[in-house]
Amino acid sequence: MADSDTLLETPLAALHKELGVRMVPFAGYSMPVQYPAGIMAEHLHCRSAAALFDVSHMGQAELVGEGAAAALEQLTPADVQALKPGRQRYGLLLNEAGGIVDDFMVANLGDRLFLVVNASRKQVDLPLIESVLPSGVKLRPLPDRALLALQGPAVASLVPTDLTFMGIAPITIAGIEVIASRSGYTGEDGLEISVPAEQAEALARALLAMPGVMPAGLGARDSLRLEAGLCLYGNDLDETTTPVEANLVWSMGKRRRMAWDFRGAERVREQLDNGAPRLRVGLRPEGRQPARAHTQIRAGGEVVGEITSGGFGPSVGAPVAMGYVARPHAADGTALDLIVRDKALPARVAPMPFQPHRYAR
Amino acid sequence: MTELKFTKDHEWLRMEGQVAVIGITDHAQTALGDVVFVDLPEVGREVTAGEAIAVVESVKAASDVYAPITGRVVEVNEALTDDPSKVNAEPTGAGWFFKIEASGALPDDLLDADAYNAFVDSLA
Repeated sequence: MADSDTLLETPLAALHKELGVRMVPFAGYSMPVQYPAGIMAEHLHCRSAAALFDVSHMGQAELVGEGAAAALEQLTPADVQALKPGRQRYGLLLNEAGGIVDDFMVANLGDRLFLVVNASRKQVDLPLIESVLPSGVKLRPLPDRALLALQGPAVASLVPTDLTFMGIAPITIAGIEVIASRSGYTGEDGLEISVPAEQAEALARALLAMPGVMPAGLGARDSLRLEAGLCLYGNDLDETTTPVEANLVWSMGKRRRMAWDFRGAERVREQLDNGAPRLRVGLRPEGRQPARAHTQIRAGGEVVGEITSGGFGPSVGAPVAMGYVARPHAADGTALDLIVRDKALPARVAPMPFQPHRYAR
Repeated sequence: MTELKFTKDHEWLRMEGQVAVIGITDHAQTALGDVVFVDLPEVGREVTAGEAIAVVESVKAASDVYAPITGRVVEVNEALTDDPSKVNAEPTGAGWFFKIEASGALPDDLLDADAYNAFVDSLA
């Protein structure tokens, strides 16, 4: 417990304590893992009503100046220049070998680009982005802003907006000016809300006071995103995985796939032409026993891959997992063995998401 | 009903003659959260006190359950296979894990309720 002194806290730390949260260290922060309701209840409540997550540990930044989008495109195959004002997009930052440095959100706020990167990667991403900027473009980290995610089917009526899925705009919620995007990490409709740190607690209290809003922690966030088939950086993505292997080619712009003018393009192009050696797939173990991250995957006794995220899907009502397997074993329905505590647990490759997305498109 | 005894690994046991009924404590189930799967030992298995013989999986993580005493597994709670949430709902009742017929004397480091509660408090 000695290192808890060095953990950072979010602007909602006092509120979390008041709500009786259990905190865990995550990416250098002390973060809520679950509230008294428990992961299962928080997860199911998010799917049926609305849940509020504190994700203030994530890195927020602005990119300002003529040519900001083109500059960022050096590092990502996402089509940033085509992003219209008021729109947000998911993208990948790549290294020279086509490996994924991070996955992130980029939004066009008209006069600037707004970025949200992973907490565990902001110390890597921001200097990397800085290193490719021309003199007229400035990167401004926004450490004084908190980030809340309000997720679930009730959100549209609780906080009505004109936004459609992946729309973003400055709006006012409970008298507080925020930047809200209609997006999330649960597979549900909802909002991700960037708010000045000093107003974060007032906003969180206002949202929690709305009918049917329950606080939820990182535990539920993880089971929700896994059911939704969404990647967690550090588990499902790292600097050795490429967009092709990770099945994230959809995040690459068509124009970018014609021009191949981004870092790591050569390897990505080669894999698109010839096929990647391994692919990220969904897995459904038989029965109720979960298979967790780092579980070995075998086919006929031969090791063909590893699970990168796995657990029990409360909404699916069964264990679910994702991982990487050698390409010959990646087709839906392929029977594989997951080696859990030295025993082979039968599983099949399954399409993702495990739980259908319900975005407001 | 005889008094429960406890281990520092957060199992409880209740002696019924030479047979101990064993489960995980209320503190343990609270710490684990919603139990979704229990992997039980085979009936007839000879086990040694301190040996990991079962696994309890919550939404978030897997944890070992240890044999608190040496002996032979004589029964397991098959009902947990279909409804593992009994472990959360009734940890010292319907949520029991397995029964071990003791061979020889019980370990002398088993705790009574007061000592176990004091131990749990010392962890906080």
